Amino acid sequence: MYSRSYKLLISVPAIFWVILFLLFPYALMFAHSFWSVRDGVILHNWNFANYATLFQNPVYWQVLLRTARIAASVTLLALLLGYPLAYFLSFHAGPRKELLYQLVIVPLWVSYLVRGYAWKTILGNDGVFNGFLQYLHITHEPLSALLYSPFAVVLMLTHIYTPFVFLPIYASLEHIPRPLVEASGDLGASPRATFFRLILPLSLPGLIAGATFAFVLSLGDFLAPLLVGGNSGTMIANIVQSLFGAAYDWPLGAAISIFILVFTLALLGLAQRLEKRWSFE
Amino acid sequence: MTTAPSTPSKAAAGRPLLDVRAVSKRFGAREVLRTVSLEIASGEFLTLLGESGSGKTTLLRLVAGFEQPTAGEIWMHGERLDPLPPYKRRVNTVFQHYALFPHLKVSENVAYGLAAAGTQKAEIATRVKDALAMVRMEEYATAKPNQLSGGQQQRVALARALVNRPKLLLLDEPLSALDANLRKEMQSELKSLQREVGITFLFVTHDQEEAMALSDRIALLRHGALEQVASPREIYARPATAYTAQFIGQTNLFRVTVSNGVAQCEAFSFPCSLPDGPALLSVRPEAIAIEAGAQQPPDAIRFSAVIRQQIYSGATELLELRTVNGTTLRARIPSGESLSGAHDFVFSSADAIPVRE
Repeated sequence: MYSRSYKLLISVPAIFWVILFLLFPYALMFAHSFWSVRDGVILHNWNFANYATLFQNPVYWQVLLRTARIAASVTLLALLLGYPLAYFLSFHAGPRKELLYQLVIVPLWVSYLVRGYAWKTILGNDGVFNGFLQYLHITHEPLSALLYSPFAVVLMLTHIYTPFVFLPIYASLEHIPRPLVEASGDLGASPRATFFRLILPLSLPGLIAGATFAFVLSLGDFLAPLLVGGNSGTMIANIVQSLFGAAYDWPLGAAISIFILVFTLALLGLAQRLEKRWSFE
Repeated sequence: MTTAPSTPSKAAAGRPLLDVRAVSKRFGAREVLRTVSLEIASGEFLTLLGESGSGKTTLLRLVAGFEQPTAGEIWMHGERLDPLPPYKRRVNTVFQHYALFPHLKVSENVAYGLAAAGTQKAEIATRVKDALAMVRMEEYATAKPNQLSGGQQQRVALARALVNRPKLLLLDEPLSALDANLRKEMQSELKSLQREVGITFLFVTHDQEEAMALSDRIALLRHGALEQVASPREIYARPATAYTAQFIGQTNLFRVTVSNGVAQCEAFSFPCSLPDGPALLSVRPEAIAIEAGAQQPPDAIRFSAVIRQQIYSGATELLELRTVNGTTLRARIPSGESLSGAHDFVFSSADAIPVRE
């Protein structure tokens, strides 16, 4: 169709972009992760000390574990919210489908920061939620544990990433040919049996994609813990941020980044394999 | 599979298996079915025939339970069917594009209905095996649907439906996605399969030849209403309406005026037993022959016409004729030599069937 030289020519900008803004920075960071810093100067002596620190210093792996726990909670909650929503919209929303779909999408156009600050207003000591509880005389003083906690981080991230879980699930549900659903009922399967034996298996690729989105995006999030996490809600990205900033330990920050990157890539690879395993095109 | 007595006599069946009573269906302002009443006898092969948009698929979907009638009732074996959801009806469907479950193996597809009904594992295994043997697909038991050809998917879809031993099998244009040769082959297979299992078939098609080849009776639908319900022979030989005569096979229509037992049209006149007034007569092309000069029966009607075109189709050929007063007619005659010019033609007045508009 197109000549080789033409294909090469039009891919030059893209290749250039990928090299300059992706491969080069990653290479730089990869190199940094084997260096060290002393008295504010980065020393180019190659060693594994940073990786050793990451696994030996409880501060780092505890934050890593907490980050994974938060990401897993967000994933689970977003699935519990996003799947039924997608299912309802795809199968039972009738003529309101388009409108409801837009309503799910609209929050994505609102800045992440605005939505973060909204949670501050809701969960704070003088916030909407505490005010409401006191108004109903359920509590007599504000619950200070609401804000600045892992709970607040999970809440905010769930709010933000549920649409990301919803979208691929909705797409895969919409993809299920309706005659299949009719055939299932025709063969005597109750709506419940049809869901578990037909719809759920056929929507697994979307479910896996959505779960991967939620988990990976939460894993690397640093704004939510910054806004509503407090000390007990610190996540690994905040550690990386401070290592690259105030703490000025780029090599250790780079090592943690590389670790997260490898972990994430492995996860994405696994998700892709699972999606392939469950797709039937 | 258990073999019920095949070809049960319709008169002896007494109560019909399926009883569609004055069913109407609207989609918004569109009236898709208008007070359709239809009875299907046990063991019968009945075909719903019609153009696209005639409501044949909608009627099938009402029986399956995928749609609800706007008015009327559907009964099966003395049980009211239309309030029941599809999964509570002892009816199974073969879908137009088969609708096989892509994530399940062939054997799992066939087992789906039995598993949903809570059948014992061992029984499922034997029945699935038998059903696959019946459609000659045993060796594909572990294949996935996307590894099968259209004809093979068709067989699996049949096995998946029949394994549940439904009282009534619904088939929604099941052969339309197959190519011509395979379709002919599947037609005869379907017919013998139906005799073998003795299950009542309600078959939907837009292909009149297919309907003629397979059915015990044909229900011809037009704009959501039943035009005629009769056996293929009867519907072809004695069409009730001009539409039926034209839809099933080809025909020549004559608008005649009857007075005192003589039918008169532009081309000719002949004695007939119709009441006085205007009438419409259908004469099949094969009823018209070239006058050979030999003696003709007393009721023969003669006319002369010019052969405009001769279309050869193997054993027979179709002649397009123009009579002296400009009427175009078609005659189907046994193939012979090439013909042209004016000839005398003849048909028996017994072959002129009065039809309604």
